[in-house]
Amino acid sequence: MQPSNVFATLTHTSFLAWGRPSAYIPANARKFIGTLSCVRGSVLGMSCHQRKPLSEPPRPHPERTGKFSRLYYPLVLLLSPALLFLLAQQQPRSAQASPQQGEPSVSGPAPVQPPADAGLQPSKPGAPTGALTQVPIGYLKQEVKRLIPLSRLHVEPEDYGIAGAEMALKDNNTTGRFTKQEFTLDVERVPIGSDAVPALQKLRESGHHFILVDAPAETLLRLSDSVKGKDVLLFNVRAEDEELRQEECRANVLHTAPDRYMLADALAQYLVWKKWQRWLVVKGVFPEDLAYLDAIRRAAKRFGGTIVEEREYKETPGARRSDTGEEQIQQQMPTFTQGAPDYDVVIVADEKEVFGPYLPYRTWDPRPVAGTTGLVAMSWHPAHEQWGATQMQNRFERFAKRFMWPVDYQAWIAVRAIGEGATRVRSGEVGPVSDYIRGKDFDLAAFKGQKVTFRKWDGQLREPILVTGPDLPVSISPQAGFLHQNTEVDTLGVDEPESKCKFK
Amino acid sequence: MLRTHILFLAIAVVSGAALAGKVAAYTVYVSNEKGNSITVIDSATLKVKQTIPVGQRPRGIMLTRDGKELLICASDDDTVQILDLATNEIVGNLPSGPDPEQLNIHPSGSPVYIANEDDALMTAIDLKERKVVAEVSVGVEPEGVGVSPDGKVLIATSETSNMAHFIDTDTYEITDNVLVGSRPRFAEFTADGSQLWVSSEVAGTVSVIDPKTRQIIKTIGFEIPGIQPETIQPVGIRILKDGSKAFVALGPANHVAVIDAKRLEVERYLLVGQRDWQLAFTPDEKLLFVTNGNSNDVSIIDVPTLKVVKSMPVGSAPWGVAISQQ
Repeated sequence: MQPSNVFATLTHTSFLAWGRPSAYIPANARKFIGTLSCVRGSVLGMSCHQRKPLSEPPRPHPERTGKFSRLYYPLVLLLSPALLFLLAQQQPRSAQASPQQGEPSVSGPAPVQPPADAGLQPSKPGAPTGALTQVPIGYLKQEVKRLIPLSRLHVEPEDYGIAGAEMALKDNNTTGRFTKQEFTLDVERVPIGSDAVPALQKLRESGHHFILVDAPAETLLRLSDSVKGKDVLLFNVRAEDEELRQEECRANVLHTAPDRYMLADALAQYLVWKKWQRWLVVKGVFPEDLAYLDAIRRAAKRFGGTIVEEREYKETPGARRSDTGEEQIQQQMPTFTQGAPDYDVVIVADEKEVFGPYLPYRTWDPRPVAGTTGLVAMSWHPAHEQWGATQMQNRFERFAKRFMWPVDYQAWIAVRAIGEGATRVRSGEVGPVSDYIRGKDFDLAAFKGQKVTFRKWDGQLREPILVTGPDLPVSISPQAGFLHQNTEVDTLGVDEPESKCKFK
Repeated sequence: MLRTHILFLAIAVVSGAALAGKVAAYTVYVSNEKGNSITVIDSATLKVKQTIPVGQRPRGIMLTRDGKELLICASDDDTVQILDLATNEIVGNLPSGPDPEQLNIHPSGSPVYIANEDDALMTAIDLKERKVVAEVSVGVEPEGVGVSPDGKVLIATSETSNMAHFIDTDTYEITDNVLVGSRPRFAEFTADGSQLWVSSEVAGTVSVIDPKTRQIIKTIGFEIPGIQPETIQPVGIRILKDGSKAFVALGPANHVAVIDAKRLEVERYLLVGQRDWQLAFTPDEKLLFVTNGNSNDVSIIDVPTLKVVKSMPVGSAPWGVAISQQ
């Protein structure tokens, strides 16, 4: 396979192989294993690490030179310029991420860059000193142990989220050429089980005031509290937990990840519009499943759904593979869904993918499946093409050599919001930029057919949500007819009067 | 019997007068984004004369300055097609680069300027030679292309950088960048060149810029009773030659805004079809054609009376519109 074919293969397999709603999976950070090997990633047509333009000379991958490069040399051609990149890391900051080069700087496992000291630094030799404002952005990724997904198509890419931030950085720097602002990105990966707080300190001490956090809710809260009252703005790009926007909301956090209420509301509005109002709910046993279930119950009440029965799937995950698996499942799933009161649609609450993906085509009654499997609400899907989204998909696929999924999009929005704020207030200072982003003048074009903004009462991104099948988006919510006195998109999630958020 | 005759006569006279008074016959071309075709309309009879199959996803269209050819951005074919209007045949392509969406032409007839959204480039192409003569790096997702009446300044609007880039057409150097509202889609100079109007789809505004000082004179906002503000998404702009009025298509708000272009204030809103996108005047400025992408029709506005006089079906998802002198 020649390098140029890698992407062709990717596009070929894409909508078949990647076509399942794995997007919801990454969105909830539930179906992937953290210790994903590069080899598997390559099998799925996903890149494992940094990528650079094809035109750059091939270099061995920094981490996996030996067997990997022999077996997957073509892929290495694509990925390996990471070494070049590592070399670049040794050089002054300005050499690695200048907007002229258009390539973002991401350290991956490499150490964080030294501070962008004076904040003003020329991007290339000969440029007038002091002409450029530097805006360093951090990306803190807490690695998490995840179950092996039921479908091997749902394995989380190694650079999931990070690639979205990188692309936004490129976008910011293209604009920055004209506004004399230079944005840089440094990634801190915190290994499974390690404390994330020192990593945040490290980023802050090295001059990063804008930091994307890709971590579970409890980690995010600890990070937020550790920099309380300091000049740091955090962006939650991953955690969908409601508490983070409610009782546990924090003044120094903005959420570009949608919460479960928004997702459940988006799905419920569509089902009600479709007049599929009687729901058979099947739920798993994990706290995340119960949180999703709570969101579905709330949405049913709000929009006129009826839960005819709730059924629990008690099995906890065992081995994911066995030679006779399919046969057994074919017997199990119909039995599991047998004898339900009359219903229109099965709603699955199974965030960790223990049984949900087994349900479509196997229910006792011929009924569609929605929820965490089947018809799924999510912030982004790689087949979304409306409102100029094709441009974004093309740019991302060229850049990351894989498809764009929700956390990529959520990280993209966070970095673009920082860029937009810095451009508009003509400053890289966290105070004015943060005020602008939260203020009434801020809006962002994010390929959703209307501006996206942040809700002032809880810091949540206000955005339309895709309701999508495996291969194509089916609709986008809010649905017509669900009215709101200010803006219809606020029918998704927690509205101002019902918000319990008091910023700490 | 006699009465019927008189009635007929009266109708004939009135309608004849209306037709004669209304328009000379111009030819209107509408690109149908999903129909992969160009609908040809007679502006006098307001009837479809012909539907011409063209390349995939035709969007921005423009007549060459000599009026002999129509340039068509065939976005999904990654090319700009040249339609010979004498034969209605595609006679060639311009090397536009990927996914061309909008174009403009220098007042002298060449070069043609095309925004390449994918590459953050503005490409200038010699129309005769059909060769690229210059490429200018601009902001992310360039889209709108404007040319000053004197041909000295080229404008590119970049949708993600939210800028109007001023480009010198001799040196192809960027001379200035003006920040406007989010997702700037379209750039239009007034006929005297004293103002540049830029629509911002997501911000829901139109920025009026003084091209000399590059300062924003005014940002015009829109408000329509009963319409959600998010759905007001300005795209196409046309300004009368005398600079008295401007018309702005407001996308999913399904209205065209009429703006007093002297005071820079909205005068009224005209209800048109769904997701009105682009606009074009007949050369006598009596009629304004509006493409409605979601209702598959065009609305026709009588400019002197500011009334929507007709809507007529065209192909699937009409996008661009251009009107010939003949």
